[in-house]
Amino acid sequence: MTSLSTQSKSFMDSIRARLQGVNLRQNGIFLALIGLVIFFAMTTPSAASLTPTNFSNLVVQNGYILVLAIGMVMVIIAGHIDLSVGSVAAFIGAVAGILAVRPLEQDGWEWLPALPWWGAILGAIVVGGIVGMWQGFWVAYVGIPAFIVTLAGMLLFRGMALLTLQNTNIGPFPDEFRAIGNGFLDKEKGLNATFGFPEEYNLTALVVTLLAVVAVWLAALRQRSGKIKYGQVVEPRVWFYLKNTILTLMVAYVGFQLSQANGIPFTLILLVFLVVIYTTVMNRTPFGRYIYAVGGNLNAAVLSGINVRMVNFWLFVNMGALAALSGVLITARMNSAVPKAGDGFELDAISSVFIGGAAVQGGVGTVTGSIVGGMIQGVLGNGMNLNSVGIDIQMTIKGLVLLLAVAFDVWSKRRK
Amino acid sequence: MSNAILEMRNITKTFPGVIALDDVTLVVERGEIHAICGENGAGKSTLMKVLSGVYPFGSYSGDIVFETDVKKYGNIRDSEEDGIVIIHQELALSPHLSIAENIFLGNEIKRFGLIDWNRTNQEAAKLMARVGLQEEPTIAIKDIGVGKQQLVEIAKALSKRVKLLILDEPTAALNDEDSAHLLELLRHLKDQGITSIIISHKLNEIEAIADTTTIIRDGKTIESLHMKQEQVSQERIIRGMVGRDMENRYPDRHPEIGDEILRVENWTAYHPLDTHRLIVDNISMNVKRGEIVGLAGIMGAGRTEFARSLFGHSYGTKISGRVYKNGKEFKAKTVKEAIANGLAYATEDRKRFGLNLIEDVKRNISLASLKEFVRFGLVNGNEEFKKASQYRESMNIKAPSVLSVTGQLSGGNQQKVVLSKWINVNPDVLILDEPTRGIDVGAKYEIYLIIQRLAAEGKGIIVISSELPELLGICDRIYAIAEGRITGEVTRQEATPQKLMTYMTMEKGKN
Repeated sequence: MTSLSTQSKSFMDSIRARLQGVNLRQNGIFLALIGLVIFFAMTTPSAASLTPTNFSNLVVQNGYILVLAIGMVMVIIAGHIDLSVGSVAAFIGAVAGILAVRPLEQDGWEWLPALPWWGAILGAIVVGGIVGMWQGFWVAYVGIPAFIVTLAGMLLFRGMALLTLQNTNIGPFPDEFRAIGNGFLDKEKGLNATFGFPEEYNLTALVVTLLAVVAVWLAALRQRSGKIKYGQVVEPRVWFYLKNTILTLMVAYVGFQLSQANGIPFTLILLVFLVVIYTTVMNRTPFGRYIYAVGGNLNAAVLSGINVRMVNFWLFVNMGALAALSGVLITARMNSAVPKAGDGFELDAISSVFIGGAAVQGGVGTVTGSIVGGMIQGVLGNGMNLNSVGIDIQMTIKGLVLLLAVAFDVWSKRRK
Repeated sequence: MSNAILEMRNITKTFPGVIALDDVTLVVERGEIHAICGENGAGKSTLMKVLSGVYPFGSYSGDIVFETDVKKYGNIRDSEEDGIVIIHQELALSPHLSIAENIFLGNEIKRFGLIDWNRTNQEAAKLMARVGLQEEPTIAIKDIGVGKQQLVEIAKALSKRVKLLILDEPTAALNDEDSAHLLELLRHLKDQGITSIIISHKLNEIEAIADTTTIIRDGKTIESLHMKQEQVSQERIIRGMVGRDMENRYPDRHPEIGDEILRVENWTAYHPLDTHRLIVDNISMNVKRGEIVGLAGIMGAGRTEFARSLFGHSYGTKISGRVYKNGKEFKAKTVKEAIANGLAYATEDRKRFGLNLIEDVKRNISLASLKEFVRFGLVNGNEEFKKASQYRESMNIKAPSVLSVTGQLSGGNQQKVVLSKWINVNPDVLILDEPTRGIDVGAKYEIYLIIQRLAAEGKGIIVISSELPELLGICDRIYAIAEGRITGEVTRQEATPQKLMTYMTMEKGKN
């Protein structure tokens, strides 16, 4: 009896020792996402959730929320909130419409020639940055709480969207512009033709997937060896290999699925690019560090010589630019700039961030966590659609998921 | 003895790692004004929190006997029911509510479940008359001065049928006229049979008003003095407060003092909100290389405010004065500029102003000097880890790893993280504000060694502390500050606790 209990205790201890350095919260929501995917694979009629097209849809239908979630998590880590992003996305969609299409029937814009697609996108993002400067000015330099500034912005920029569009829609957009929301990398399978590869699979998609898998492994190994060289505690070897194997298998699986549909969506490439950039910004640049410092303890940040106003200002400029990108994505996808675009996006983005483990008080959160949080909501909505669950039940369930995710967070912290 | 209203017998209260009260006994006679004296951190406030039930029965040992019965208070409400009311230094009033509302807050006069405003205001007016407050009961608290707010607190206490009124530093924020009025009121209440306990640093007030004075030092009762019979002087109280024995709690000091490194001339600053209130009043001082200079003063004397206004104007408005480093004037209007000019300031309140408690040790240490680790725009986390680990070694920070969350460390180890952070910006002058507050004795000794080491490296060190023995134990020279002014300067050889305490309690225009 005694020996048994000591034995089981030492076994538990060894497990606990092996789990040292494993971030349970981060890995937890990741596992929740996988669980959700498996659940819907089993419940949807004829496993519709696992079809290649559905994977493709999941990405392009949630891309604009995920882009917003990246900016939102930064704002929330600093201890603010941004309620205006949906309206800003609509306004920028309208701006992009003016820049790219220049509707002739509208007055006052005749002087402006339609820009090429890239000029329109660039112009839209610049205007988004200016919108961010406006909000950042009030938050950082006047000292009005972001909740108020962006609540005003929510109305203000919805109004500007309506004004700009003069209550009509603008469209259709040029094909190149639409591609950012709807396009796929080498959809025509040019690479297949060159190498005589079977038509069922998009060869470009397979090659890109392979590159991504290699890149993930190289980055993980390099980081690990760097830490070991400096004598830091690293994740247990078994866990490290297991985790990255699972991760890359999932990447490979998704890539394989996408190769059987239209190939890799441009939206996905854009998202991966943004996640890599912003994860680096948050973890490895002084700006990112200052955001955590400001959110973690504002007073200490001020007394450490951090220019808090500057940090807050650029945070909102960045949010404005990302909201603009989101607006471009949705306009491209709908092939029309409409005044009602982006309605309620701010709430989806904020939910993603909190499901992804950010703290309401600020100081805590990650870009990848927010992306996973956004994907959980996306998979949930997609799966329920495929199961023909009504919007009433969908909203109820999404609300409960948000509440329970944060409750779990609070509970697990209290246990410590 | 038989007429005691309150007896606190053998009270002992411990916090993790610290004994705050050690076998304290306090006897308060019915109808007297009883003063409690002691340095900051001696345990006065803790004792009052035990009495009022903030620290509930069971969290301390010993007995509280109030009016012949042993009491077991679980919270403030219990003690207030018995007529024990405590008025804290930070007044507990709601600024936007009226005087009458504040007086009856939590104790509303109701009729059929609704507040009876007529009676509320009428009763409030009666209570206000008793404390000599001439205002409309309906005026908002934020629109009357601090002195009158203090009176509202007392009126509130009277509304609860107070028998024992406890005032914690009641005159600290008051001007002379308001202070005099308050003291007069206490005498008046005494005549009406209300017993008072007053905690104060202002010895002339105690001398004037108290019947008995109990002195507390290092969590122990030292003595109770009967003011009238024994003809107790301020000097006598000071001697009790600081004690005569100085144990060997400080490392030996062999200073090597060089040229002047920092000079401050005519430094003046005003309160950030109340911009007419002078907080730092024309301070001039200097520090030499390798020298440890102390700033002594009671709480609220303006020590921290002076240091922070100097450190990149991080406190105050309308700041004027000149600062010289190595004889050359420089201006530092932001913290960033102050750091760039070789200043560092380690705060008195590490939890609020010093550390990001939810972040790990490594990132706290690197925060003020992050640029050092940046190459090609990116922070090298591995180098950062290495540097932080070096500090963990050299400062003896007891944490499993520099990746541990700072909030989980003990106070002493958190303080070492703060010091590491500021040492890493490689300052010429280091201002340490209460560097050993809330730290156990062993860790204090380590901190003193670190301070000496930094001085030996040729840095100028300014130590702000409320503990006189600490300043006397580690400093080469000490300035005393009272009411924002420097009231005295003594060298290590000349310094005695009595001398410093005299300077520290000097009031404007009275000495």
